[in-house]
Amino acid sequence: MVSITDLTFAFKKNHLLFNGLNLELQAGSIYGLFGLNGAGKTTLLNHISGLLFPKSGTCEILGKSSRKRDPETLSELYVLPEQFDLPPIPAHSYVNIHAPFYPRFDEEYMKHSLMELLVEGDKNLNELSYGQRKKFLIAFALATNARLLLMDEPTNGLDIPSKSQFRKIMAASDHSKRCVVISTHQVRDLEAMIDHLTVLNDGKIIFHQGIDNIAKKLSFEKIAEDDNRFVLYSEEIFGGKAAIIPKKTDSNETQIDLELLFNGIIQKGDVINQQFVREAV
Amino acid sequence: MDFSEKQPIYLQIIDYFCSQILENKWKPDYRIPSVREIAVKMEVNPNTAMRAFHYLQEKDILYNQRGIGYFVSGNAYQKVLALKRAEFIREKLPVLFRDMSLLGISFDELRFLYDKNNSHSSGL
Repeated sequence: MVSITDLTFAFKKNHLLFNGLNLELQAGSIYGLFGLNGAGKTTLLNHISGLLFPKSGTCEILGKSSRKRDPETLSELYVLPEQFDLPPIPAHSYVNIHAPFYPRFDEEYMKHSLMELLVEGDKNLNELSYGQRKKFLIAFALATNARLLLMDEPTNGLDIPSKSQFRKIMAASDHSKRCVVISTHQVRDLEAMIDHLTVLNDGKIIFHQGIDNIAKKLSFEKIAEDDNRFVLYSEEIFGGKAAIIPKKTDSNETQIDLELLFNGIIQKGDVINQQFVREAV
Repeated sequence: MDFSEKQPIYLQIIDYFCSQILENKWKPDYRIPSVREIAVKMEVNPNTAMRAFHYLQEKDILYNQRGIGYFVSGNAYQKVLALKRAEFIREKLPVLFRDMSLLGISFDELRFLYDKNNSHSSGL
């Protein structure tokens, strides 16, 4: 679905933001794209969608180079940006104007989601609150049935019930033919939603694994200070340490602590990645 | 819905299904909620919910009728009982024994508390 090879990109001379970045994304998955502030999450999404061009290397979606901006390919792509402007027209007019770009647009779904998300349909879109506008675009994004869906910080600016609504509509839609990329640093909002963890750091993808695989290889445990087991990464918590430990094949799977894992990957990425290459030998 | 710290979500879904069966709320051939309904309710990826269904299907606790949904198997109660008893002995008892020894609670005392609790709950 998305294939990025040896991507190099720089906003400023002498400072490469991406330096030999490789990434493969498949249909049927929801990828969580994580990175520190300024790591280039949004810039990476902009390369995938063809809004930015690589300095060198290639970026393809559905087998075509993103920079070609081929109309047929673009009809299979929907981007939900973090910041957006909506015109002073009501929701239904917006849908009438924009839906024809997407051959499998689902009008029924759109109507239904707007009701479910309590988006006021009669007001002009620019008069709605930020949260309402965002929910409108989330509903539109899913209604397009585009095969590639890029969402940049979708839960930012949503209130607590709206975050829950967002997770519910994501859980309810069929993603088997779709590839969803959600960039975020709001780990808690989405940890049960994603099935792949992709971490961008220092110009490269430094971690890219399925959640199932992570649960098979790593164990997330609260351990005592004097626990002598080999630990991949740990943080001090009240009464002990929160630790990532290589999982024994016969032990039970533990719930993945994404925040701990993210910190671990940023600080000790090599050690953690080693747990995943071992089986290839 | 809030998740407990340690257990993966799919195991929490399995636990919920098992307790419905043990409490006889879900009887043989009862049609259980769909994968999608469970995913929405728990606000999780449908694949996560699917994993719980697959696991229980493998254990013969649920059966699937294509295009219709998942149903409780005829001998689900016995299977769940065996599974949960083994789990209790393997995982919960060692914790209980450790706490008993830390707190100095004897078997006699435990027995007394157990009987007291049972007479209370049956009396009310």
